Amino acid sequence: MKKFWITDGKVSIEEVVALVTRREAGAINTFIGTVREFTKGKKTLYLDYQAYIPMAEKKLMQIGEEIKKKWPDAETAIVHRVGRLDISDIAVVIAVSTPHRADSYEASRYAIERIKEIVPIWKKEHWEDGETWVGNQLETTPYPKGYPEVKNND
Amino acid sequence: MINILLFAGLQEKVGKESVQLDIEAGTIQSLRKQLKENYQLDEIDTAMAAINEEYATDESTVTLGDTVAFIPPVSGG
Repeated sequence: MKKFWITDGKVSIEEVVALVTRREAGAINTFIGTVREFTKGKKTLYLDYQAYIPMAEKKLMQIGEEIKKKWPDAETAIVHRVGRLDISDIAVVIAVSTPHRADSYEASRYAIERIKEIVPIWKKEHWEDGETWVGNQLETTPYPKGYPEVKNND
Repeated sequence: MINILLFAGLQEKVGKESVQLDIEAGTIQSLRKQLKENYQLDEIDTAMAAINEEYATDESTVTLGDTVAFIPPVSGG
């Protein structure tokens, strides 16, 4: 069953959670990324997300593999939505299950940070007074080495 | 002919989801140069390149049949 995917429809949290639910787990951590109305005082009306779908799904899968290396007992599922999203709509859901809770928190955090680094998805903000494709939200120079850095797994 | 996929701001500036370059092979660097010349696409300098859905460096070689994409700084999540 597919555990890492891009969708243009409404995201079901339960569906993502169900993909990592298992008898070995003592914790399931979910991260839900939603559309924020105000960013630094500026009002967003709605967002458009675009993805390079086949590569985005591959990169989400890669994040799952990276998590497996760092937390071998973790199971991960991630879905990201594309298209037009209104305020409070769910853009991303990450579910990680682990035998003990500490790992599920850490792995979940790791997944969202990696999404912001390596997954080819772009957000266009539609403000009250215009629109912009948002660059990288880490607010660093885009790819100083010419490519996104791949972190060591230690 | 090499097909190049464009996304986000790059796609919007060119007005197309993909463009074709009439070459048989080249490096990512040479593709950047041609896209800049053909489409005044200076923003391509801040974009990453991917060949067949994997990140590539400027020295990577592209040949017929490869899928090339230019990936502006990502903002998912």
